[in-house]
Amino acid sequence: MSTTTITRMTVTAVAAALGVTTLAACGSSDDSGSSGTKSKTVTLVSHDSFAASPAVLKEFTKETGYTVKVLKSGDAGAALNQEILTKGSPRGDVFFGVDNTLLSRALDNGLFTSYTAKGLDQVSADVQLDAGKHRVTPIDSGDICVNYDKKYFADHKIAVPQSFDDLVKPEYKNLLVTENAATSSPGLGFLLGTTAKYGDSGWESYWKKLKANGVKVVDGWEQAYNEEFSGSAGGKKAKGDRPLVVSYASSPPVEVLYAKPQPKTAPTGVATGTCFRQIEFAGLLDGAKNTAGGKALIDFLVSKTFQEDMPLNMFVDPVAKNAKVPALFTEFGAKVTDPETVAPDTIAKNRDQWVKSWSSLVLK
Amino acid sequence: MAGPVAFFAVFFAYPVAAIVGRGLDVGGAWQFGRIGEVLGDPDILQVLWFTSWQALASTALTLLIALPGAYVFARFDFPGKQLLRAAVTVPFVLPTVVVGTAFLALLGRGGMLDQLWGVRLDTTVWAILLAHVFFNYAVVVRTVGGLWSQLDPRQEEAARVLGASRFAAWRKVTLPALGPAVAAASLMVFLFTFTSFGVVQILGGPAFSTLEVEIYRQTAQLLDLPTAAVLTLAQFAAVGAILALHAWTVRRRESALRLVDPAQTARRPRGAGQWSLLSGVVASVAALILVPLGVLVQRSLDTPGGYGFGYYQALQSQGAGGGTFLVPPVDAIWNSLQYALVATAIALVIGGLAAAALTRRAGPLVRGFDALLMLPLGVSAVTVGFGFLITLDKPPLDLRSSWILVPLAQALVGVPFVVRTMLPVLRAVDGRLREAAAVLGASPLRAWREVDLPMVRRALLVAAGFAFAVSLGEFGATVFIARPDNPTLPVAVARLLGRAGDLNYGQAMALSTILMLVCAVSLLVLERIRTDRSGEF
Repeated sequence: MSTTTITRMTVTAVAAALGVTTLAACGSSDDSGSSGTKSKTVTLVSHDSFAASPAVLKEFTKETGYTVKVLKSGDAGAALNQEILTKGSPRGDVFFGVDNTLLSRALDNGLFTSYTAKGLDQVSADVQLDAGKHRVTPIDSGDICVNYDKKYFADHKIAVPQSFDDLVKPEYKNLLVTENAATSSPGLGFLLGTTAKYGDSGWESYWKKLKANGVKVVDGWEQAYNEEFSGSAGGKKAKGDRPLVVSYASSPPVEVLYAKPQPKTAPTGVATGTCFRQIEFAGLLDGAKNTAGGKALIDFLVSKTFQEDMPLNMFVDPVAKNAKVPALFTEFGAKVTDPETVAPDTIAKNRDQWVKSWSSLVLK
Repeated sequence: MAGPVAFFAVFFAYPVAAIVGRGLDVGGAWQFGRIGEVLGDPDILQVLWFTSWQALASTALTLLIALPGAYVFARFDFPGKQLLRAAVTVPFVLPTVVVGTAFLALLGRGGMLDQLWGVRLDTTVWAILLAHVFFNYAVVVRTVGGLWSQLDPRQEEAARVLGASRFAAWRKVTLPALGPAVAAASLMVFLFTFTSFGVVQILGGPAFSTLEVEIYRQTAQLLDLPTAAVLTLAQFAAVGAILALHAWTVRRRESALRLVDPAQTARRPRGAGQWSLLSGVVASVAALILVPLGVLVQRSLDTPGGYGFGYYQALQSQGAGGGTFLVPPVDAIWNSLQYALVATAIALVIGGLAAAALTRRAGPLVRGFDALLMLPLGVSAVTVGFGFLITLDKPPLDLRSSWILVPLAQALVGVPFVVRTMLPVLRAVDGRLREAAAVLGASPLRAWREVDLPMVRRALLVAAGFAFAVSLGEFGATVFIARPDNPTLPVAVARLLGRAGDLNYGQAMALSTILMLVCAVSLLVLERIRTDRSGEF
C-alpha cells in the first residue's frame, strides 16, 4: 500500500513540476520581445469585451513588425480604474475601451498623451469628443436601447413600444427589466438616455412613473438578458418572463449569428426611440514603454481592416466612414437615427449625483 | 517559518496595505477623519447591519439543515455515500457566477418551488440565505461530521446502560465533545457568509449589499479609495475577531478525545426513525444541492435540435466564441489545470512549511500567525487584485502582466486549506518516534522520510486536493489578471455569459458542467484517501 501511495505522490509532484515548466515556457516566449532595445511587442490594455480576429492581429504584425499583446482586466469601469491607479507606470502602451460616460474621468486624471491618428479624416466629426487635443481617438459606437421579444407582443396582440414615453403606459406594465445604473454600463446608459430626454427636472418623475409601472432592476446585463428577458436564447431556457430588456441595438443580430440553424428573422427587435449612444475610445497611455508601437496600434484601430473586423467581434458599429457594416447588421439590426446623447462634461458633473438619486428613488 | 511569512508579506500584506494606504494617506497626511465620516453614513450603516444579520441568519439556517446531515454522514452506511459526500462539496468550490444561474432555476420563476407551490424567492433575502446554505453545507458536514464519525459510540452506550435517557446521553456525552467542532464550523460559515459577494449580487439583486459588495463597488466602479479603505478596515476588524474566536475554539477542540476509526462507527440505519432521518437528509440534499447542479447539466445538453452534445463540440472551435477567445474555449480547461497545479504546488510548499512551523512552536506570536494565514479568505479579491497592480510594478517584482500572478492569487486562498488540513495531523505525530529513529542512527532527513512522511502523506494529498479544487474555482482575483490568450475556466464561463446568443449561453453551461465534473472527480479521489484525523474544514 505504501508503494502505491508514494507512486501517486511522485506522479503528483512530477505533474506539478511539468505544469510549472510548461507554463514557464509559454510565459517566457511572448515576453522575450520586450527585453530588446527596440521593443517588438505593443501591449493593449482593455476590458473583458475586447475581441478581434487573430488573423487581423497577425496582419498588423505583418504590416508594422509589432506583435500585439492584449491584457483584459474586468469590466469597462474596473479596467479604466486600474489604469488610473497605475498612472505613470502603466501595464501597457494603449488603452482601449473608455466610453463617453467615463471619458472625463480618464482625461481629468491625465491618463493619455496626445496623438492624432492617421486615418482620423475618415472618422465622422460627431464622435470626436476630444477633437481639440486628440488625447483619445474614437474607435466604435453603439446604442443602448430597449429590446423587445417579438413573439410575446405578437401573441398578446399588443403594439411594440417605440419610445421612452411608451414604457410608462399601462399596457407595458411589469414587462421591462433593466440593470443597476450604479454597477452596469447599459444600466447607466439607459439612465443617461432618460436624463437627456426629460432634462434635469423631469427624469426623476419619469422614473417614478416607470417604477409604478413595474420596472424590474437586476444587477448586471447577464442576468437581465440571459435570465429575465423572454426573447433571448438564455432567457427562454431560464423561462424569463420580461419581454422588454435594456440591451444593445446590436443584440438582435447577435441572436441570429449564434443560433443554429440561422433563423430568417431575428427573434427580438429594438425600440429605436429609447436609445443612448455610447462611443468607445482608445488612447496612448502616458508613460508607455513603446510609444512608436502604440501610435501604430492606434492607427491600426481606426484603419479599414480593423474597423470592418470589429463589428462581428464586439458587436459595435465602426466609426470610420470607409468601413463597410456587415450584412448581418443591415439585415437583422435596427437603424437608430436619433439617439439621445449627453456631453461628457455634463456626465462628469452629474453622474455621481444622478446615480445616487436614481438608487434611492428606484432601488429603495 | 521565514518562507511563509515572506510570502504573505509580499503577496498579501504589502499589496493590501498599499491600497488601503492609497485611500487614507492623501498627500502625506493620514485622513483618519474619514473613518468616522464613512462609518457614520446611514447608507453604510445599513450595509453593515445587513451584512451582519444575514451572516448570522445564514449560519443558523446552515446549522439547522446541515447538522442532521453531519450525523447521517458520520454514523450511517448507505449506498452512494461517497458520491453524495463529494456532491455536497462541489458547490463550495464552484464559482458563484455559475451557481447563481443554477440557483435561480430552483427559486426563480418557473423553478421547482414555483411549479410546486407558486413560490418565487429570487431577489428576496431568502434566496441569499438558501444559497448560503447550498455553499456551506459541506463545511458543517465535513467539520462536525468528521469529528462525529470518530467519537466512540460506546461512551454514549455506556451512559445509556447507566440509566440515562437517549436524549440525556446525547446531551451529556456527545454534545460536549462536539461543541467545539460545531462552534468552529459556525464561525467558518459566518466568515464565508459575512464576506459573501457573488451570491448577494446575483441572487439578491441591487437592493441588497454586503460589505464585500460595497468594497467592490467603491473600488472597481467608483474608484472612491478612501471609502473603500475604511470599509476594508472595518471588514478586517470583523474578520479578525471571527478568526480569533475560531482559533480559540480550535485550540479547545484539540483537548484529548478518544477517537476511533470512522469505519467502526458507521453502520446501516435501523428502524423507521433512522431510515426516515436518512431519507430526510437525502431529500434535502437533493432539493438544495443536486437540483441546481442538475439544471446546469440539463441546460448544457439542451440544444435547439434536441438533447445532445452540440455545445460541447462547439467548445473545440475557435470561431464559435467570435473573437472573445484567441484560443478555443476548451483550452481553458487545460489552462485551468495548469494554473491550479502550480497554485497547488505553491500552496503546499507555503502551507506545509507554515503548518510545520506552527506544530513545533507555540506562543501568542505563532498563534497570531496562524490566524493571519486565514485572513485572505476574509479580504475582498478586488482589494488584493488592485493592490497587486500598484505594488508589483517594479523590478524584481514586475509581475503585473505575468502569468504567475494567477497561481499566486489562487495559492493565497489555497494556503489556509492546506494549513487547516495538515495541522491536526502534524500535531498528532509523536516527537518521540523521531527521537527513536535518531537514536537508531537515522539522519534527520531519513527520520523525516521514514517517520513523518508516512504519517502525513495522506493529509498532504487531501490538502493538495482541497487547494487544487479551490484554485480551480477562484474567480475574483483571477478575473483581473487572467490574460485573454489563456483564460481560466471560471473566467471563460463569465466571458461567454457576457454575450448574447444561444451558442454562447450553451457553451457557458457546457464549460460550467466540465468545471463541476473536474471538481467532483478530484473530490471523489480525495474521498478514497481520507485521513485518519480529518481536517478542520
